[in-house]
Amino acid sequence: MNQEVEKLIKYLEEKARCLRCHIIRMLAEAGSGHPGGSLSAVEIVTALYFHVLRLDPRNPSWPDRDRFVLSKGHAAPLLYAALAEKGFFPVEELLTLRKLGSRLQGHPDLRKVPGVEASTGSLGQGLSIGLGIALAGKIDRKNYRVYVLLGDGEIQEGQVWEAAMAAAHYRADNLTAIVDYNGLQIDGPVAEVLSPLPLAEKWRSFGWEVRESDGHNFRELLEAFSWAARVQGKPSLVIARTVKGKGVPFMENAVDWHGKAPTKEQAEEALAALKVL
Amino acid sequence: MLESGSRQRKVATREAYGQVLVELGKRYPELVVLDADLSKSTKTAEFAKVFPDRFFNMGIAEQNLMGTAAGLALAGKIPCVSTFAVFATGRAYDQIRNSIAYPALDVKIIASHAGITVGEDGASHQAIEDISLMRSLPNMAVIVPADATETKKAVAAAVAHRGPVYVRLGRPPVPVLFGEDYKFRFGEAVVLREGSDAVIFATGIMVGEALKAAERLAARGSQVAVVNVHTIKPLDVETVVRLARKTGAVVTAEEHTIYGGLGSAVAEVLGEHCPAPLVRVGIRDRFGESGKPDELMKAFGLTADDIIRAVEIVQKRRDCLLGK
Repeated sequence: MNQEVEKLIKYLEEKARCLRCHIIRMLAEAGSGHPGGSLSAVEIVTALYFHVLRLDPRNPSWPDRDRFVLSKGHAAPLLYAALAEKGFFPVEELLTLRKLGSRLQGHPDLRKVPGVEASTGSLGQGLSIGLGIALAGKIDRKNYRVYVLLGDGEIQEGQVWEAAMAAAHYRADNLTAIVDYNGLQIDGPVAEVLSPLPLAEKWRSFGWEVRESDGHNFRELLEAFSWAARVQGKPSLVIARTVKGKGVPFMENAVDWHGKAPTKEQAEEALAALKVL
Repeated sequence: MLESGSRQRKVATREAYGQVLVELGKRYPELVVLDADLSKSTKTAEFAKVFPDRFFNMGIAEQNLMGTAAGLALAGKIPCVSTFAVFATGRAYDQIRNSIAYPALDVKIIASHAGITVGEDGASHQAIEDISLMRSLPNMAVIVPADATETKKAVAAAVAHRGPVYVRLGRPPVPVLFGEDYKFRFGEAVVLREGSDAVIFATGIMVGEALKAAERLAARGSQVAVVNVHTIKPLDVETVVRLARKTGAVVTAEEHTIYGGLGSAVAEVLGEHCPAPLVRVGIRDRFGESGKPDELMKAFGLTADDIIRAVEIVQKRRDCLLGK
């Protein structure tokens, strides 16, 4: 048993490294985009797509599938990399990111890309969308689950709290939100720009079950997701403590790398660092 | 088709909506309804009573109202979302834009209390720019029913239509213009009265005013066509062009600002296809105010008399162009 878990974690770590390499290559090729918040959420998204979510890449609209909504839509490169690695579309297409005519828009477009569940990018909207999908699941007595990834800056949007209130009111226990708590937003530290802290207390007072996790530790993340699936009568939240730019030393915890693509040379340096990880 | 008689029945379009919603709920098991603490006013409360498991009161939180509807549509439901027009289109504009219109989701935004006939509540509650806001969104269709009969048929058509639709309803009782045999076809304007001396393109409660105006003009020997443009988007360009060419004198009438609504839509068509003199009856560049609905219609120049004046002005302009 323990060996199997070790094997799974090794597999997920390798996938995570692979997604990080895709993100760097895609952004360098595109010449623009958001590396910091894509890299911080790599383990969260890897755990979901390569272990937790029940999906069928050959049938992206399977009605019973689990749903993942990337509310922080600017982490699109991460989502695209996961979907391509999962087999929703060819990996080669990743390098068309942000180019004219590409399906891979700067922010996800559900009508263009198989596997993308919601068109996001205008921050604060994904939790409501996830709630709607979760309520439909309740009406239809389906047992799919809905996961929504929020940014820690994003939760400054009032709509997030409207959705938080409604999800608890409607006892949406098939809904799990994850906050990518990397502590940084475009203008600086989240706590300095407009503090959303304390996170756990706020969400608990809104009627959610809350658990914290190291957002880069697969063992903890998997435990958190299996806990979330067991929560009954309430929506659940995983606060994932992460490092913005994680895995690329010169991007880690550097606010400037929120929305700037690496040059070819910087990309080489990043890829070299990722290979030795 | 047209109901006649001086003692016309009056029914609010929102009342008709509440009734048809229950019928549609029976026909479409996937239909769900969301409201924002106004279900007694928007008349979705009746649906909530009959189908409690398919009704969601989202409280006074319009952004989440629209986003949740988007999610329900993504999972195969047909959400009808109701609140006052001013909050539906203004308060949650970005949610409608990005979560509903951009992905072309099957969400029906059916808003009540549009226009200045909201009355005493005043400008904060009177949506005068909702048609412009919704019309400018790609993928979004816009329907403005003229009476209770048309409301029922329009809402049914909106639910049957694939994609997002905005349906604009009003607060006060308005005359029932059409009988049950009235045919509503999405995107097809209805010529209610033929005539070659001028044409009035009207929408919503201004259709009734336009018919009154045409009747009075006929008594003076002027035959004026009246067209009910219930679908503002997609606009029935063919009918607009045909009657503009036939009459050479065009009036539009709407309970809405002249910027971006029916008047603008018709002006765009005229400009591109068949330039003709045009006068727009609508709210000039100003907000509404408190008052009784009929007082406000007078104060804001939205009566049959105002339409008659507009017809006279536009006819003069046409005759001037023709060198008469």
